[in-house]
Amino acid sequence: MNGMEWETVIGLEIHAQLSTRSKIFSGSASSYGARPNVHANLVDLGYPGVLPVLNGAAVRMAVKLGLAIDARIARTSVFARKNYFYPDLPKGYQISQYELPIVAGGALEIILEDGSRKRIGITRAHLEEDAGKSLHEGLPGVTGIDLNRAGTPLIEIVSEPQMRSAKEAVAYMKKVHTLVRYLEICDGNMQEGSFRCDANVSVRRRGEEAFGTRAEIKNLNSFRYVEKAILYEVSRQVELLESGGRVVQETRLYDADKGETRSMRTKEEANDYRYFPDPDLLPVELTDEFIDEIRRALPELPDEKAQRFARDYGLSAYDALVLTASRELAAYYEEVARGVAGEPKLAANWVMGELAASMNKEGIDIEKSPISSSALAGLLLRITDQTISGKIAKEVFEAMWATGNTADAIIQEKGLRQITDTAAIERVIDEVMAKNPAQLAEYRSGKDKLFGFFVGQVMKATGGKANPAELNKLLKAKLAG
Amino acid sequence: MSLAELAAGLRERRFSSVELTEHYLARIDAHGGTLNAFITVAHDSALRSARAADAELAAGRAGRLTGVPFAHKDIFCTEGLRTTCGSRMLDQFVSPYDATVVAKLKAAGTVLLGKTNMDEFAMGSSSETSFYGAVKNPWNTQLVPGGSSGGSAAAVAARLVPAATATDTGGSIRQPAALCGVSGLKPTYGRVSRYGMIAFASSLDQGGVIAASAADAALMLCAMAGFDPRDSTSVDTPVPDYAALLGRPIAGLRVGIVKEFFDAGLDRENARRVEEALAVYTRLGAKLMEVSLPNLALSVPTYYVVAPAECSSNLARYDGVRFGHRCSEPRDLQDLYRRSRGEGFGAEVKRRIMTGTYVLSAGYYDAYYLKAQQVRQLIAKDFRDAFVKVDMLMGPTTPTPAFAIGAKMGDPITMYLNDIYTIGANLAGLPAISIPCGFVGALPVGLQLVGPHFAEAALLNAAHAYQRESDWHRQMPQGFA
Repeated sequence: MNGMEWETVIGLEIHAQLSTRSKIFSGSASSYGARPNVHANLVDLGYPGVLPVLNGAAVRMAVKLGLAIDARIARTSVFARKNYFYPDLPKGYQISQYELPIVAGGALEIILEDGSRKRIGITRAHLEEDAGKSLHEGLPGVTGIDLNRAGTPLIEIVSEPQMRSAKEAVAYMKKVHTLVRYLEICDGNMQEGSFRCDANVSVRRRGEEAFGTRAEIKNLNSFRYVEKAILYEVSRQVELLESGGRVVQETRLYDADKGETRSMRTKEEANDYRYFPDPDLLPVELTDEFIDEIRRALPELPDEKAQRFARDYGLSAYDALVLTASRELAAYYEEVARGVAGEPKLAANWVMGELAASMNKEGIDIEKSPISSSALAGLLLRITDQTISGKIAKEVFEAMWATGNTADAIIQEKGLRQITDTAAIERVIDEVMAKNPAQLAEYRSGKDKLFGFFVGQVMKATGGKANPAELNKLLKAKLAG
Repeated sequence: MSLAELAAGLRERRFSSVELTEHYLARIDAHGGTLNAFITVAHDSALRSARAADAELAAGRAGRLTGVPFAHKDIFCTEGLRTTCGSRMLDQFVSPYDATVVAKLKAAGTVLLGKTNMDEFAMGSSSETSFYGAVKNPWNTQLVPGGSSGGSAAAVAARLVPAATATDTGGSIRQPAALCGVSGLKPTYGRVSRYGMIAFASSLDQGGVIAASAADAALMLCAMAGFDPRDSTSVDTPVPDYAALLGRPIAGLRVGIVKEFFDAGLDRENARRVEEALAVYTRLGAKLMEVSLPNLALSVPTYYVVAPAECSSNLARYDGVRFGHRCSEPRDLQDLYRRSRGEGFGAEVKRRIMTGTYVLSAGYYDAYYLKAQQVRQLIAKDFRDAFVKVDMLMGPTTPTPAFAIGAKMGDPITMYLNDIYTIGANLAGLPAISIPCGFVGALPVGLQLVGPHFAEAALLNAAHAYQRESDWHRQMPQGFA
């Protein structure tokens, strides 16, 4: 693809499942993983005569989100019916919001790896119910219907088409992911589908005003899939256009196994959803007092926290962003930083470095870390008070991760305490010099590079415990003769 | 005997609920076939309920309606008892739950005799569209009883039951009440819970009652009305004791005579009966004045956009997947939908689903549905303006007395015009009652009273005042004595 010539245009529709205890219009439990249809009552099944009743908790959560993205909260919003036939849609319509969504006109700022910032507009966010699931596995010749998910509350967050690369799209999606978890309105579990998105992707020639024809890629439930699906889709569209073809407006599905998108249905085949206000539900009327009460109860938001981290701990904007990716990680970092007062950068390096690497390797979140924040601070304190070197600290860290013991216990047990005693280090240097007369002669005749050799020998002899700064100083003096 | 007299007789142990129930079941067995007023007669469960009621009566724990037999229109879901809505679609449907109205009347100790016949899904003005065949008018079995609550009206008129529930979307309580010479009350939208009442057009549907007199209707309404947390459109306002509020003088009552009701379509004899009734009100001290509802002429076309639109969506749940009629051996999903719905629904229901689907379609929504909702606001405003000057409105319920079975089935428009005087109250959500006010030839006709929101007590009182001065409501059709 000719990256100079084509510009990518991306808009995302993110579906976040709200963590309410019950469903949005019925009293059924809203939970994942139960046997099919145990969490489906008569309302969820769309029985004759049943009626929906709005769950107030879902409304509060939508307002929280709206306030956090600096959007307008509609004083009056309306639920509408989106009509289409599908076996996992019991009523033959989905209750959603159409013309009057509860949240409109917000924005989020994304920070890319190179530190550049970009504001992404959010057109609207609306409440709706999820559909059930069609099951095919283990059911030869028939389709099973599981309505446990039918009626679980979703908030659909629709961005402006303002992202210009797959990386921006991922950064935006991560930002929303962080935000909904900060607000405790969504568990963010992407494997279970609690957080997923549809990506609207088009390309246009650089400098052109009008958007190209877009394809909508449905149901992407990992950051990696979002990136890969967009990259695939962009190259598909560019190739199509460059070979004289034209992009058709359609819905596409991403096949993660094949790493490609393929057509689900074209615009011509699309449903006419015949939206109209749901007469079973009254318009949602919100008062200023209600909204203010929610505003006052908002937690510190990711942006505020990141700014505070950058300011108070002297971190780069990107590091602050990484450390505030979740409330739990941010809290962990702050506890470590407090534990090794005066060394916030050291704390950041360890949390983002060794700790993050170990968590990644085992695929666990900070909540599951075998090393608590105070234990990590305990380790870092042994670096700052020169009990151990940074290199030894890594060894201690690994032992802590494996055993759950404290740094002090491991240092004690393994005898890793750093040697800072001048006389002791000098004694080892003398031995090393005595054992290596040829190297000593070469060094003294001008081969400065051999300094490293002597450092290595001393470290080897001390099991790495010699204080590096002290060793450097003493070794230089001794070698000079 | 009136409902109040039956209840008093039960409390005084002059007869038992079992005796009363057996009496009515015998009448249903004798005349039910002639009139085709019932879809289901619940002999066994009725006698069980009666025995339980007798026990309550013996224990002195009886309420006002304990042991009183009645019938439900077959649109109310009754647990364990077939609920068909007059449709092949629900021919075998046994509801797993009770509608709120059903539960309330059960809690009041009433005895359910059976489920009355009706137009399919309440769509009709003649009770001819039922899958179970046409209901006959007891005053002349060649004629229709009106609809859609024709079974309830015919059963009460022939005294097969002392009272029956009914529903009114465009006149379905009042029009059959008028054509059968009984009293039918459609309460304010939101006064009686719609939960468990199978939906036709949600923003218009309202449950109510058909009884021999306004006083009987008042007793029934006391047990049926009230806020229901399961119906978001039900209104949380106290339920007055309608029965206790009867008998107040009506001198000074300001009565608006709706100019537009006395149009060219109104049968002259029918008009005369209404005028004679109005003269009674004048004699009782009411002050009559002419009022105008300038947009009333638009009510029929407005209704026939709004109601089918809502019905097209409400009836989407009958897809053959979870309950209701399923075609045999569907080839695929489309075939399952097409044949299940094609076989399950009758012609009038299909006509309205198609009309409703059309008016909600992309490109037509603004011209039809949106426009109709705007006109609806104008009609509601006409009523509001009128109620500034008067306490209630009076006029004919229907343009003509009952017509021949089959006479209008081929001409939907003529059939729809039957509801021209009743639809306005539904569009504006107002309470209205039809009471018998004399005969045209051998056929009863009705006087309609329409009040402002939640004016049921005033309407019932005014109707009762008239019924103390007249005996039209005591007339019985020949052959059913």
